[in-house]
Amino acid sequence: MYAAVVFLPLLGAIIAGFFGRKIGDRASQIVTCTGVGLSAFLSLAIFNEVVLQSHVVTVHVLNFLNVQGINVSWELRFDTLTAVMLLVVNWVSFMVHVYSIGYMHHDPSVPRFQSYLSLFTFAMLMLVTANNLVQLFFGWEGVGLASYLLIGFWHERPSASAAAIKAFVVNRVGDFGFALGIFGTFMLTGSLGFDAIFAAAPAKAAVVFHLFGMDVNAITACCLLLFVGAMGKSAQLGLHTWLPDAMEGPTPVSALIHAATMVTAGVFMVARMSPLFEYSDTALMVVTIVGACTAMFAATIGCVQNDIKRIIAYSTCSQLGYMFFAIGVSGYQAGVFHLFTHAFFKALLFLGAGSVIHAMSDEQDIRRMGGIAKHIPVTCALMYIGSLALAGIAPFAGHYSKDAILEAAWGSGTAVGHFAYWIGVAAAFLTAFYSWRLLILTFHGKPRADEHVMAHVHESPAVMIVPLLVLAAGAVFAGWAGAESFVGAGREHFWGKAILLLASHPAMENAEHVPALISMLPAIAAVSGIVVAYLFYMLVPALPRLLAQVFRPVHLFLLNKWYVDELYDFLFVRPAFWLGEGLWKGGDGALIDGVGPDGVAAATRDIARRFSALQSGYLYHYAFSMLTGAAVFVTWYIVKVG
Amino acid sequence: MTDWPLLSITTFLPLLGAAFILTIRGEEAAVARNARNVALLTSLATFLVSLLVWANFNPATADFQLVDQARWLPGFDINYKMGVDGISVLFVLLSTFLTPICILSAWEAVQKRVKEYMIAFLVLETMMVGMFCSLDLVLFYMFFEGVLIPMFVIIGVWGGPRRVYAAFKFFLYTLLGSVLMLLAILAMYHDAHTTDIQVLMTHSFPRAMQTWLWLAFFASFAVKVPMWPVHTWLPDAHVEAPTAGSVILAGVLLKMGGYGFLRFSLPMFPLASHDLAGVVFTLSIIAVVYTSLVALVQQDMKKLIAYSSVAHMGFVTIGIFTFNMHGIEGSIFQMLSHGVVSGALFLCVGVVYDRLHTREIARYGGLAKNMPAYALVFMFFTMASVGLPGTSGFVGEFLVLMGAFEADNWVALFAATGLILGAAYMLYLYRRIVFGKLTKDDVKAMLDLNRREVLMFVPLIVMVVWLGVYPTTFLQPLHASVTKLINDYQLALSAAHAVSVAVR
Repeated sequence: MYAAVVFLPLLGAIIAGFFGRKIGDRASQIVTCTGVGLSAFLSLAIFNEVVLQSHVVTVHVLNFLNVQGINVSWELRFDTLTAVMLLVVNWVSFMVHVYSIGYMHHDPSVPRFQSYLSLFTFAMLMLVTANNLVQLFFGWEGVGLASYLLIGFWHERPSASAAAIKAFVVNRVGDFGFALGIFGTFMLTGSLGFDAIFAAAPAKAAVVFHLFGMDVNAITACCLLLFVGAMGKSAQLGLHTWLPDAMEGPTPVSALIHAATMVTAGVFMVARMSPLFEYSDTALMVVTIVGACTAMFAATIGCVQNDIKRIIAYSTCSQLGYMFFAIGVSGYQAGVFHLFTHAFFKALLFLGAGSVIHAMSDEQDIRRMGGIAKHIPVTCALMYIGSLALAGIAPFAGHYSKDAILEAAWGSGTAVGHFAYWIGVAAAFLTAFYSWRLLILTFHGKPRADEHVMAHVHESPAVMIVPLLVLAAGAVFAGWAGAESFVGAGREHFWGKAILLLASHPAMENAEHVPALISMLPAIAAVSGIVVAYLFYMLVPALPRLLAQVFRPVHLFLLNKWYVDELYDFLFVRPAFWLGEGLWKGGDGALIDGVGPDGVAAATRDIARRFSALQSGYLYHYAFSMLTGAAVFVTWYIVKVG
Repeated sequence: MTDWPLLSITTFLPLLGAAFILTIRGEEAAVARNARNVALLTSLATFLVSLLVWANFNPATADFQLVDQARWLPGFDINYKMGVDGISVLFVLLSTFLTPICILSAWEAVQKRVKEYMIAFLVLETMMVGMFCSLDLVLFYMFFEGVLIPMFVIIGVWGGPRRVYAAFKFFLYTLLGSVLMLLAILAMYHDAHTTDIQVLMTHSFPRAMQTWLWLAFFASFAVKVPMWPVHTWLPDAHVEAPTAGSVILAGVLLKMGGYGFLRFSLPMFPLASHDLAGVVFTLSIIAVVYTSLVALVQQDMKKLIAYSSVAHMGFVTIGIFTFNMHGIEGSIFQMLSHGVVSGALFLCVGVVYDRLHTREIARYGGLAKNMPAYALVFMFFTMASVGLPGTSGFVGEFLVLMGAFEADNWVALFAATGLILGAAYMLYLYRRIVFGKLTKDDVKAMLDLNRREVLMFVPLIVMVVWLGVYPTTFLQPLHASVTKLINDYQLALSAAHAVSVAVR
């Protein structure tokens, strides 16, 4: 059962990938959906055994690397953290697999798409079940590959393949840090297996590394390097640029990879490494600040975007920020809880958006939508559920997890924690605002699409709606059902040894005793966000346009996503090509070849030509040189002897 | 069977096949067909014999095994002596594994002088295998230089339009390095009175002499690897060479340099290696960053992959000079992996070159549509080249960087930028060839992989996955030999240290 849950999707991917054209579209869909579906049900059984019966399991598959101290195996580790992730990954993936049957039915390469989805699921499962850093890295890069393939799925579009490359390369920047973090951890603890690393960590808390010319605390250095990897995968400030562009992929991909699962891998990794991060207050502080800034930054951009998927993408980025600052204040449980609930409602929102796009004949710009609520009532209702959960309105799922995060931030009692709290409240306001902006512009008001499109607006088929209903159930009930065990009184029993908390980090403890106003504030912010959105887009539609005109620079700044892409293009992309060109033409061509082989060859030819010029063939030339030679010789003889 | 001279058989069996092809007479088409068949069968038989070598190899010991020797120049104590340890046995296998695939790849691509082509390839195989097995310095030198001749002919006769320039550049560049090595070999003989490699490994040369000898060997090996700034022969040679020539060039010939460092520089000149490691690190880091950037702007598929080879071999030289298990085993593994992966990438180029007869990247685009199997294979090897975990590329890079991090974390920091740049240039290449709209008529007419081509790629794919998922098979036999290498190095170093303290 434990091996099957991981390898069934791989089997599906292989069958659909290699034999897809032989067995046909329908068979590929059945095979992949069955594989992931079975895994989904198995993960329920595993959750029961591992979490409810507190039975941690490790499965050895194969030896991997054994070189002096590096003893790494392919192993599957199942503890509470893994079991929770299995639920999220398998169920969302299963729903997306089924939804794709409907969404992609026009597409000519259905088997390839299903195969990639299953391949992604396998890699993600390898990531969450890893028992050592190398296997974690395998899954990490594997999901990166699947993400690359799926973003670039419609490879005939230049923008899609550009976005795919961008996603892979930006992630590689993160992996660069991650890899160095792995090396550092190995240097520090002498192992790459989680159990050995965690056992060694307490004794190493004060060790100092001489790293890159600086003396730094070893654990802090390792944690920060690992966190760079997490920032890449989870699209945190600075390495976030790939995520909005990743929306070039088909919508089911955005739901599965770029909302529910892969982007949360960074959060998962840091939570997994909690026994290391706990020993570095500096690293945790950095995590908090980066998380909080991302939450705010992405929310501000989300407020002015016009592409329905990009708005949700920035929202994802912002919510990941929440998860990170929860972890930064040692509220790992709250962070993972938000990961859990977010997966359901964000997948719901994306798939709902897909349903809208499907209905609107592939239109994605919300300025050209509006007034379609009565044509697609089910999708509209489901989008409302997703948005309510996202905004954190009780009793929807997001309410429980977001509150837990903000209370933990306040409960940490540190200055950074309070900073994160206030940012979190402000971002909650913006979250509610952009969510309702999206809902109102998409579904209400007068239709702004042309008649042709409006005539075709239709509700999606059952194969697309049913997965949405399942996810909606998660968005409604996951918070209420999980709050007690994830972040409530039952949390210690629930998590077991999967997460380590030092006594000096009492954020989760204190979260239960924060002042009433502090725990009310996020809800107030959310409601006022909704109210403002109604005011702006329902009651006084002229207001946003006026604001945009008055604060034109600010609006442009946000609309252009803080000009981060332009900055990177200027700083890294252009210089790389420019340098490459220069080194090639100037370095290899002119300098090395010019002075080296070609230069020597030319010089040899030149000298040879000069010497050959001496042999002119004229008798008087030779006679003259003989005469001169004789004269010089005689003179030298006379002078020397005389 | 262990008393059979398996290594000599492996080495000279291809030569026998070449001699046989030489005797084929008759109609041109029939000669070509027979030459192809004989060459393929010979190389397959050689591969099978090399598997026997592998089966009889005992991974538990660091000694040279399957040694067979004969007196050659007894008056000078120069002998014919063959043997393998854990390091060389893997390279022998790599050579015998790649040769049949190369011959298969030339099945249809080479149509003129087929007989001579096949002979050249078999002679080349003899030279390569002999070089990795030699346990005598003079014998080694003969094979080492002998490799140049068939390769020179392959590039110069069956190459592209600028083949003569490329062949001469390749030949002269490598010869220049080798001449210095020959002088060093004479000096070593003068000092140690033998050319037996096993004896030379235990002989300690004076420190000042070591530096000169090291530099002379370095001149030869650095050109072969190739290291920056003596790499410029490689892009030209690759571009002009026929596909199979490129495969062997990248797959095996570049490894001769890395192997040379491990067989000669480290064990025979440990003090000089220690002193000059910084130079190697610097040149290697420049190679990684510089050539990756240059690869990014290439317009020619083969040139791009050639530059990527220089970058990947930069990892190898870094690993060797970390003097620790992770680095050295990583660099050997990286060489094996690069042998398979870059060979496969050149085959991928060859597949489309055979159809469209151009290497210009801009002439392609949208191949995913009409060549899906090709797109899959090319993607697979692109990912292996990028070093995706689960493929062979990852294990080598990971171990090398780990070793570098332990030796000097600055080196690891700079070398790791290769991970980012490598992904950038490979994916950019893939995008321009395989993705995009299929607009050009001649590209539209291209057919997907045929059965022969599939047959050619399958063993390579299996190898890449095997190396990537279960590297233990290939790391296990290395442990004893590499441990001995490092121990000897450290002993020599501490002995020298003790002497210098005593003098003071």
